[in-house]
Amino acid sequence: MSNLETAANPEKLRRVAIDPVSRVEGHGKVTLLLDDDNRVHQVRLHIVEFRGFEKFIQGRPYWEVPVMVQRLCGICPVSHHIAASKAMDMILGAEHLTPAAEKNRRLMHYGQIMQSHALHFFHLCSPDLLFGFSSEVARRNIVGVAAEYPDIARQGVLLRKYGQEVIRMTAGKRIHGTGAVPGGVNKALSREERDTLLADVYQMIAWSRDAVHLVKRLFEQNLEGYNAFGRFRAHQLSLVRADGAMDLYHGGLRARSMDGELLFDHFDYRHYWDKIFEDVKSWSYMKFPFLRSLGPEAGWYRVGPLTRVVNCDFIPTPFADKERRDFLAFDEGRAAGATLGFHWARMIEMLHAVECIKDLLQDEDIMGTELMVSGERAGRGVGVIEAPRGTLIHHYRVDENDLVTRANLIVSTTHNNQAMNEAVRQVAIQYLDGHEVTEGLLNHIEVAIRAFDPCLSCATHALGKMPLEVELVDAGGSRISALSRNADGEVAACA
Amino acid sequence: MSKTFTLDGKDVPFRDGQTIIEAALEAGHYIPHLCHHPDFKAHGSCKLCTVKVNGRQTASCTMQAAEGQVVESETEELNSERRALTQMLFVEGNHFCPSCEKSGDCQLQATAYHLNMMTAHYDHFFPNRPLDASHPDFLLDFNRCILCSLCVRASRDVDGKNVFALAGRGIKSHLIVNARSGKLADTDFSAADKAASVCPVGVILPKRRGFAVPIGERTFDKQPIDAYVDTRIARKEE
Repeated sequence: MSNLETAANPEKLRRVAIDPVSRVEGHGKVTLLLDDDNRVHQVRLHIVEFRGFEKFIQGRPYWEVPVMVQRLCGICPVSHHIAASKAMDMILGAEHLTPAAEKNRRLMHYGQIMQSHALHFFHLCSPDLLFGFSSEVARRNIVGVAAEYPDIARQGVLLRKYGQEVIRMTAGKRIHGTGAVPGGVNKALSREERDTLLADVYQMIAWSRDAVHLVKRLFEQNLEGYNAFGRFRAHQLSLVRADGAMDLYHGGLRARSMDGELLFDHFDYRHYWDKIFEDVKSWSYMKFPFLRSLGPEAGWYRVGPLTRVVNCDFIPTPFADKERRDFLAFDEGRAAGATLGFHWARMIEMLHAVECIKDLLQDEDIMGTELMVSGERAGRGVGVIEAPRGTLIHHYRVDENDLVTRANLIVSTTHNNQAMNEAVRQVAIQYLDGHEVTEGLLNHIEVAIRAFDPCLSCATHALGKMPLEVELVDAGGSRISALSRNADGEVAACA
Repeated sequence: MSKTFTLDGKDVPFRDGQTIIEAALEAGHYIPHLCHHPDFKAHGSCKLCTVKVNGRQTASCTMQAAEGQVVESETEELNSERRALTQMLFVEGNHFCPSCEKSGDCQLQATAYHLNMMTAHYDHFFPNRPLDASHPDFLLDFNRCILCSLCVRASRDVDGKNVFALAGRGIKSHLIVNARSGKLADTDFSAADKAASVCPVGVILPKRRGFAVPIGERTFDKQPIDAYVDTRIARKEE
C-alpha cells in the first residue's frame, strides 16, 4: 500500500479536487494535497453518496428483495437481482434449480455482462483510449468517437442493445425486470424469442472479437505507456468453477496473493465472512474489505474482469480462451498486471458472455417449462455472483414470518476501494507530481478510476451532464485559481 | 322499451334500482373507480367515479340512474379532479410501485396510468406503517391501503367474519384487524375468504407468491383498465 493516504502536515498543503469524477457510474471525487512545488502528498478517492438499502429492506418480505435491491443500480441491476435471488434460493431451500431456471438466469446474467461491458468500453472509455488521455476535451466523448470512428461506435451501441434485448426477453424489461424469483425464474425463453436472438448472435461474437483485438492494438501502439500506467500489485479474489474455469454465475471463492500464490481456493461463499472482513475509514462512505488472514493493512485485494481472467485456470468457451492465452502471454505477461489491462480483460469477458449466450440459445432447456423448486426453509441466505465489475455478495437473515431482519451487501466496487486508491496514487506520482495541474493531467486520474469501471454508488448517472470543477486552494483555504468543465465539455477558468 | 340516460352523449340503458356506474359498466362504458365493486353495496368513499348529472357533481356509485339524465364523465374537468384525488391517495400511503408485487395487477396504478398521472405532485406523507406478517399464508402491507373498505365489506357481508375494520377519523382513518392483538394470525381469516382476493391494491397478499407472474402477462400488461368494464375480471376473482 502506498503512503499517500494521509499526509503528515495537511494544513500546509493546497487541495485540488476532482468533483465529481465523470464517465463512471455514480458520484465520487478525488482530492489531492500538493505543496508549493506541486509535489503530491495525499491522494484519496472519496465516495460521496449514501444509499441505505441494507437498512430499508429490513422488515420487507424476502420474495420482494430481488426486485427491490436491483434499484441500487440502473447499469447492472440484473447483478443485484440475481445475487439476491440466489440468496433467497437458500432461504427457500432451493438447493438445485431446474435446468430451465438456471439456464435462463445465466442467459440474463450474460446479457448483463455483455451490455455493461459494451457500455463501459465503448461509451465511457473508448474516447480516452482512441483520442489520448490529454486530447481535446470537447471531442473526448462518445459523440467524438461516433464522428471519428463510426464503425466502432456503431458496434458498441449494437452490442449493448443486443445484451439489453437478452435481458428484456428473460426479465420482462431492459432495466429492472422481474425474471429471477426465489427458487427459480418466472418465465423461460419462448421459441420465437430464442430464434430472434439466435439470428444475430454470430455477428455479436465477431464484433466482440474485434473489440478484443482493438484493445490489443492500443497496447501494441503504446506498450510502455499502457503497461506502466497506474501499475500496482494486488491480491486477487474471484469465483471460479469447481474445475478452475471462469464462471460468472456460480462457483467457489479463489484468492491469490500478489505473487500469484493461492491463498484459498474453492471456498464455499456461504461462509464468506470467515475469509473477508470490512474495515471503515473516517474519510469515505465506502467500506474497505480485506482478507482476514492478512489483516486490514495488507489484506486489500482487487476484483473484476482483470482479476477473473488472470485468476481462473481457463475460460470454457473457445474464442475467449484463446484471447485469454494471448493476453497472458503478451509482452511476457506484463499487460495482465497493468491497470489498463482491465479493458483488455473486459473485452475478453464480453466475448465469453456472447459465446455463452450462443450456447444457451442452442440448448432446448432454455425453453423448458419446469421453472421453480423449493425445499427446507432456512433463516439465512448468501448469494454471490461475478457481476460485471467484480464479486458481488448479498447476505440476508429472514425471520419465521418471512420478513428480512438483516442484510449485508458487499458490491464489486467496494472490494476495489483500496485498489482504486492505489491506482490513482500511482498515477498522481507518475504524471502530476511536480507539474502544474491541467485538465488533461487530472483526466489521467479519472482514466485510472475508469479502468475499474466503478459503480460508485451502484446508481444511475446522467452521461455527459456531469460538470467537473477543480479548485486550487492555498494553505490558508483561499482559492488561487479554478477550472470548470460544463455539461458540453467546455473548460473555462472560473472567476 | 328500456329506460335510458345519456353518458357523454351516448344512450345507456338501465334497470330500475341500478346506479349510474352499474348501468354504465354493464353497457361497456368505463367510469374510473376504486371503492366500487359489483358484488357489494356502494361505499362512495373514493370519489373517483364522480360524474356530472344534469350539471351537478355526484358519485356515480351512489346515484340511482334515472330516465333522461344527462351524465358527463370523460371531461377534462372531471379527469383533472380524479387525477388530483389519485395523487392524494399516492402521497398518503407508501406506494412504491417499482418493488411492489401488485404492480401490473394494481387498480390504483392502472387508474393512475389511465388518468395520465405523471407525478405524485403533492408532498409525500411517508407514514410509518409496519407490516403484519403474523399469518402463515397472508401478509398485510398497510402502506398501500387506500381505505376503499372492500376487505371490510367482503369479510363482514360475504365471509361473515368481520376480520377488518376502518378505525380513526378523517386523515387518521386507517385499516385495522379485529383481534385483541391486532394481528391477522389471531383471527379466523383464511385463503378461501372473499376478503383474501378483493383488495384492489397491494395490502392483502398471499405469502411467497411475489413476482410469480412475468411482466407481459399481468392483468394490465394485456390491456388498460378502461378495457376491463367488468371489475371482477380485473381483480382476477374466481
